[in-house]
Amino acid sequence: MSFKIILLAKQVPDTKNVGKDAMKKDGTVNRSALPAIFNPEDMNALEQAIRIKESVEGAEIILLTMGPPRAANIIRESLYRGIDKGYLITDRRFAGSDTLATSYAISLAIKKLEPFNIVISGRQAIDGDTAQVGPQTAEKLNIPQITYAEKILNVNNKQITVKRRLERGIEIVTSTMPVLITVNSSAPKCRARNSKLVMKFKHSNTDSELQNKTISYTELYDKRPYLKIKEWSVDDLNTNPERLGLSGSPTKVKKIENVVLQQKQSKALSDNNNDIQELMKELINSHIIG
Amino acid sequence: MNNLFVYCEVAEDNSIADISIELLSKGRRLANELNCKLEALVIGNKLNKIEEQLFPYGVDILHIADDKRLFPYTTLPHASIVKEILKKEKPQIVLFGASPIGRDLAPRIASSLRCGLTADCTNLKIGDYIEDKTKKQYKNILYQIRPAFGGNIIATIVNPKTRPQMATVREGVMKKEIFLDNYKGIVKKIDVDKYLNDCDFVVKIIERHIEQQKINVKDAQIIVSGGYGVGSKENFSILFDLAKLIGAEVGASRAAVDAGFAEKERQVGQSGVTVHPKLYIACGISGAVQHRAGMEQSVKIISINIDKNAPINKIADYTITGNLSKIIPKMIKYYKENSK
Repeated sequence: MSFKIILLAKQVPDTKNVGKDAMKKDGTVNRSALPAIFNPEDMNALEQAIRIKESVEGAEIILLTMGPPRAANIIRESLYRGIDKGYLITDRRFAGSDTLATSYAISLAIKKLEPFNIVISGRQAIDGDTAQVGPQTAEKLNIPQITYAEKILNVNNKQITVKRRLERGIEIVTSTMPVLITVNSSAPKCRARNSKLVMKFKHSNTDSELQNKTISYTELYDKRPYLKIKEWSVDDLNTNPERLGLSGSPTKVKKIENVVLQQKQSKALSDNNNDIQELMKELINSHIIG
Repeated sequence: MNNLFVYCEVAEDNSIADISIELLSKGRRLANELNCKLEALVIGNKLNKIEEQLFPYGVDILHIADDKRLFPYTTLPHASIVKEILKKEKPQIVLFGASPIGRDLAPRIASSLRCGLTADCTNLKIGDYIEDKTKKQYKNILYQIRPAFGGNIIATIVNPKTRPQMATVREGVMKKEIFLDNYKGIVKKIDVDKYLNDCDFVVKIIERHIEQQKINVKDAQIIVSGGYGVGSKENFSILFDLAKLIGAEVGASRAAVDAGFAEKERQVGQSGVTVHPKLYIACGISGAVQHRAGMEQSVKIISINIDKNAPINKIADYTITGNLSKIIPKMIKYYKENSK
């Protein structure tokens, strides 16, 4: 039986480790100063996908990512951990896409891979924190969604059972397939690379990457065609160009402000008894406490 | 037509969720500014007299979908109803909570209606927008203001062309405000069967444990908040002592929560709750932007920190430089001596 899992993942700037030079003087983000990483919750999703593959006979995982050519890195990282194949959706014409235009492009790419059983991704990416692309894609594919997944409890031919982690508790839900699932950071962490798979896939490249190599990979790739990471451009997807990139993105950024501290007039106190006593009196007298 | 809609969530006790009341309060102000009506959409089960809860917040038109299959929330049936109602009523603005439900539902609706959606707004305003290229002017657009890029920037987003303009809004950033105690709008019952079909129920909830929230940092008037500098879970106990004495709730920074010093429910900041108490006492919190974003609206801020150059001191009204394990007991002592 064939069982297809499509993993959606994204390479993101590491916003959690923002250094001094991360913001330009004009208040815009200096993307080049930030390291590009595998979006953390997509790693959680990768782990869940591999676990499903391990429990369902004949299951395969195909990764789809949209981004610049260097995003091929996250495809290799996933190959090292157990996915079967990856596609990089890359084209300047996608630039400036908001979540609506992104979900449109991704849904068209997924349709090229039909039939599938599960689409799985992280809940949200740390560069936007919107959590919108998953549900927006599910709507375009006209399939149900299970967000905030913490664990896939069971999968069989007909049904999937998922534990969801919500703000104030948990839910266990079942769904028919195909279904789209988004995975929370509370899900188990992704496993480390498998050294055999690293050996197998370390020469995996996209065509764009091969062009920059000094040695020829032609012979190797003829022998091992699975090493080629396929790139899809706008022309490979059945698109309406109006719905892509900036023109397909209804949201516009009107203004960006760097978060600057507004210095307040503050009263500096020491830890001596008198200072603390005066502070507490002041708070009580001004009815802030007490 | 062209009104402002709020999708109202139903809480575990079958009342309207706090976040939705906050949105109605803000929505009423925006509707006044836009000179349009405020409409609310409630989808749930056994919603008798729910209008009594909603009308005082200035709801003009209340749409109710009441059916036993509609609580607890599942995505598809709610989405089917919301999509059809919005297509029919054509509002200019629709607001959702940035809650597990709102963030699950709103993108589905936006995708279907092909309109813009901004996640996790912390402020909403009305203003004009001029398109750069064409110089075309759009009047009375919704400014959707949100932190972005891990909280390092604040972005103002607009959807000039598509309608409705949709946003999810963070819980706790808008204030609840009664508009008029005896305000009366009209109720429109939704004929649920017209909008739902069997394939909306393919996702089934088979088990559910949702707790009523016990810790309530968001609504606290005074917050004693601890950071990584508190040092350990045990050291947090003096924060609780002070909090209990002065009627405060205990909050925490992300670093303290990640280190296991305090529960996730206490986390203040971008990935936690946004608070605006009358007093915020930051103990051993250095004050990363993500934390400040969640508390800088506090009326008064006291920072207790060993490092007099901690970033949080820049927004504090009082800074006490020193060891908090000495300072907090002194605050307790002098409070006891001087109160009453």
